[in-house]
Amino acid sequence: MISAAERVLMARAPERPVASDYIENILDGFIPLAGDRLHGEDKSILAGIGSLDGIPVTVIGQLKGRTIEENIERRFGMASPEGYRKAQRLMKQAEKFHRPVITFVDTPGAYPGIEAEAGGQGEAIARSIALMSRLKTPCISVFIGEGGSGGALALAAGDRIIMLENSIFSILSPEGFASILWKDSSRWEEAAETMKLTASDLKELGVCDVIVPEPAGGVTLETPKVFGKVREELIKALTELSGISPEKLVEKRYRRLRMIDRAAKRPSEEKKDM
Amino acid sequence: MNPFARKKQLLSALKDIKDDNNPVTCKGCGEKYGERELRENMYVCPVCGRHYRVSAPYRIKTTVDKGTFKEICRSITSGDPLDFPGYGEKLSEARKKTGLREAVICGTGRIDGIKAVLCFMDSRFFMGSMGSAVGEKITRCFEYAARKKLPAVVFATSGGARMQEGILSLMQMAKTSAAVSAHGEKGLLFISVMTDPTTGGVTASFASLGDIILAEPGALIGFAGPRVIEQTIGQELPEGFQRAEYLLEHGQIDAVVDRRELKKTLGDILRLHGKPERRKSS
Ligand SMILES: [Zn+2]
Repeated sequence: MISAAERVLMARAPERPVASDYIENILDGFIPLAGDRLHGEDKSILAGIGSLDGIPVTVIGQLKGRTIEENIERRFGMASPEGYRKAQRLMKQAEKFHRPVITFVDTPGAYPGIEAEAGGQGEAIARSIALMSRLKTPCISVFIGEGGSGGALALAAGDRIIMLENSIFSILSPEGFASILWKDSSRWEEAAETMKLTASDLKELGVCDVIVPEPAGGVTLETPKVFGKVREELIKALTELSGISPEKLVEKRYRRLRMIDRAAKRPSEEKKDM
Repeated sequence: MNPFARKKQLLSALKDIKDDNNPVTCKGCGEKYGERELRENMYVCPVCGRHYRVSAPYRIKTTVDKGTFKEICRSITSGDPLDFPGYGEKLSEARKKTGLREAVICGTGRIDGIKAVLCFMDSRFFMGSMGSAVGEKITRCFEYAARKKLPAVVFATSGGARMQEGILSLMQMAKTSAAVSAHGEKGLLFISVMTDPTTGGVTASFASLGDIILAEPGALIGFAGPRVIEQTIGQELPEGFQRAEYLLEHGQIDAVVDRRELKKTLGDILRLHGKPERRKSS
């Protein structure tokens, strides 16, 4: 039995494939598209168009680096407002051309910096969530590593969440959680067990729809079968979603986001007053 | 609480208010004056203009036309999805201490005669954090407003998503944002008023989605907390960073409005979004 804390470490493992690896192995003819058309280009978000099993798709991935240089340039996969606004631009473009949107989520969280705040980090995340939640085209998110906080949710408010077995999704890093609630970040392992951040916990809570199994020891570039499985799950989800009219799709997505906490204990209601 | 005990408590609170004109020293300018002066000035320092935090009930009293506020969704409270140690007890404590049931009070009411759906967050209750109850209340309010074709006004104050409810708190950001968008698609107005402090998951969801975003002077508004930013970048933050005026300067909000002008400003904006009044023909 792998503990939640161990899965946190696996989700962050440096040998774990990053978004570009998935894009390369799953899509044909990927063409990267850059820029938010407002202010800048965020290297921590790799986005563009390509084809999945013959179907044109828009893909938006949070991109960690492998080397120090890459990680500095990509801020360890922490996006700035420019990154979220690039995502918004390409989501709208996808809607225009009736292309499904596939996102790869892998971030410790949104970048906490002076320029990011001055540029409206909160608004950029809020707008991404709002836009994705109402987009008239299928939106599928694949969690490939770390899914930290609003920075991850900004690309995951769609129709399906597919999680790799050892990926995580949480309100905050376990370190941050332990530091806020227990004033002691060294208790992060205990926090990880409490937070329900593993794929199987999240499936039980109704947040995650599909879990893609990983080989023992976790996915690496040496385990290409995992790419094939992710591809299969994406095609399966797209086939399910593509038959639904845009209006119905948005309605179903609304209900999904609306009901997501039904699987957990409901906020109690003593009497209906509305 | 039984009604007699409640009445007694209210009377004694009233008595406190009447009697108490303790000298206070402004944290903004160091000026000394009586508490009554501050109160009569809507908790804005009469000397330096510092805006002190006020409660949701106080906001209702000073924003909504007298006798028009009707609370809705009052009975919605949070569950404990993580079985987080001590969360239940802390909730009951907060309820006892504040008299609130959750970190937001919602209802319908009129501002300057115009009916709207109104949400008032309260930072005394779990730092105004958003868990499933706050998310559910905000969502229902926007759904109700969409059904009844009403504008919505939200006074935000929040430390962010409520940690104790884990991922389900985070998912409230998606739920509320979707509801705000659906309301907006019907051509309906949403005014977001950001008050001190509005941070984290509330800033990164509904509070930033207002058609018009107002903020009170000096309010701390941001996504990441100042300490996290300082730790990440290893440098000191600029003066006034993440304050309402800083956001205004950087194009992130529409206006900074003095609390004493807020009701009038809200009324004016709401009126401009109402049905056009026929000019009297002579
Ligand atoms: Zn003062």
